[in-house]
Amino acid sequence: MMATEAVAVSTDPLQPAVTEQAEAIHVSNLHKRFGALEVLKGVSLTARDGDVVALIGGSGSGKSTFLRCINFLENPTSGVIRINGEEIKMISDGHGGQYPANRRQIERIRSRLGMVFQNFNLWQHMTLIQNVIEVPVHVLGMRRDEAMAIGEQLLERVGLSAKRDVYPAYMSGGQQQRGAIARALAIQPRVMLFDEPTSALDPELVGEVLKVIGDLAKEGRTMLLVTHEMKFAREVASHVMYLHNGIVEEEGTPDELFGSPKSERLKQFIRTVS
Amino acid sequence: MSDTQIEVPIETFPIHKESDPSRRSNRLPPHRIVLGLIGLGLVASAAFFMRWDWLPNYGDLILQGLWRTIWILCVTVFLGFLLAVPLGLAQAAGPAILAIPARAFCTVIRGTPLLVQLWLLYYGLGSLFPQYPWIRGSELWPYLRQAWPYAVLALTLSYAGYEGEVMRGAFASVPKGQLEAARAFGMRRFTIFRRIWLPQAIHRALPTLAGEAVLQLKSTPLVATITVVDLYAVASRVRQDTFLTYEPLLLLAAGYLIITAIIVSLFRRIERLIPSKLG
Repeated sequence: MMATEAVAVSTDPLQPAVTEQAEAIHVSNLHKRFGALEVLKGVSLTARDGDVVALIGGSGSGKSTFLRCINFLENPTSGVIRINGEEIKMISDGHGGQYPANRRQIERIRSRLGMVFQNFNLWQHMTLIQNVIEVPVHVLGMRRDEAMAIGEQLLERVGLSAKRDVYPAYMSGGQQQRGAIARALAIQPRVMLFDEPTSALDPELVGEVLKVIGDLAKEGRTMLLVTHEMKFAREVASHVMYLHNGIVEEEGTPDELFGSPKSERLKQFIRTVS
Repeated sequence: MSDTQIEVPIETFPIHKESDPSRRSNRLPPHRIVLGLIGLGLVASAAFFMRWDWLPNYGDLILQGLWRTIWILCVTVFLGFLLAVPLGLAQAAGPAILAIPARAFCTVIRGTPLLVQLWLLYYGLGSLFPQYPWIRGSELWPYLRQAWPYAVLALTLSYAGYEGEVMRGAFASVPKGQLEAARAFGMRRFTIFRRIWLPQAIHRALPTLAGEAVLQLKSTPLVATITVVDLYAVASRVRQDTFLTYEPLLLLAAGYLIITAIIVSLFRRIERLIPSKLG
């Protein structure tokens, strides 16, 4: 079922899935608590197709946790999450928290969100092309030769055709991260989620990864981007959210936020990181 | 620019020296020739100065014993490993209701001598079973009255106990990010286990598993104590019949050495199929 849906949305894997401005992700009043520590204190966000939302903020501000709540790698303590117009049903666990009511629903929704991790997390026992076709074949039920064809196109696009049969351990960090982006694109995601994609890279490798992400933004792909690269966020984002201590301190267009920050905290944050 | 240099190690990483073309030349290094000659000399003197006239009489028996040792080894390593996977998984990630019995099993097996386990099964269970008529009447009885099922059971449980512990460590050592990536892409739990977790755990455990298989080989002579005629039992029989002390034992040692060499080279071949570096 997922496979036919994936094919029906877009026949060309290199193009974003949908062109009209439908709502892709809607989050309202999200709370997340780890024991006594409340990491998110009511964060809301709506991303429409083609939006590039950049989440910025100091460490411990909750921006990564927020991203991880969207595909339920962390269970939000409370709040509403709607993805592709579908609300995720939650059940109370009786201790003030909640967990997804239907595992299959979570798995289905996850398979439409392309996650890129800070530490790449390419599967170490598979070659690059095997990494890229793994999810299309074993989750989405795509035919292997079909997945291969798409995978090779994607590798060419991130400039890694030559690394097709190389294991991740033999690739540089920048190459691994570009490979991880190809892996995420291979599922023809509705939204790409980037969790600090350049934070674990040597400085000289950051540029090659940012270029790939920038190209995706230019072609109108919907993305949520947690990043410390302020210049990059300003360039590619359509909307920027500044998180501080688990709340959205300030949000708006990049020019508003970086050009004329209102809050004292954001002014100070921009001064310290740039 | 460094890309080509990075790729080369897959074929010629230092641990794969054997496959390095420069080392594969026909000329043997001098020290190998000397050692080879010494070895040949030892074998020749053993053949010449010792008594081997009994060998033809026991040829069939030796082959049977050899075969029995090998199949018991293969079957128990295979079955033991199948048991070790759930034992390791239960300890590494299972709920307490599974983890505690698994840990208890591994502790008991590893904490008691294999000989005691073997005898408890054979003399204990084996003498209990005949008391129940429904067991004596069952289709399994022809097997249960023989010794080898108890030998296979004891060795399987023993291997499972040790390997369960190895697999626990192997499962736990797979980086969380590897599994998290699988979850983030909507993989089902069993798919994650089958496609990501188990393969990486086995890769990590392979060198240890090879060593444990060799140890298992050297546990097999214990089955001779419950009347299973393996390679060791044949050697004992020869000693009793011929009153020769060293010849059968030397032959026995050579036999185990050769099987060990085969196990080691088999595992090395498997390891080489797999990239040597895991993150």
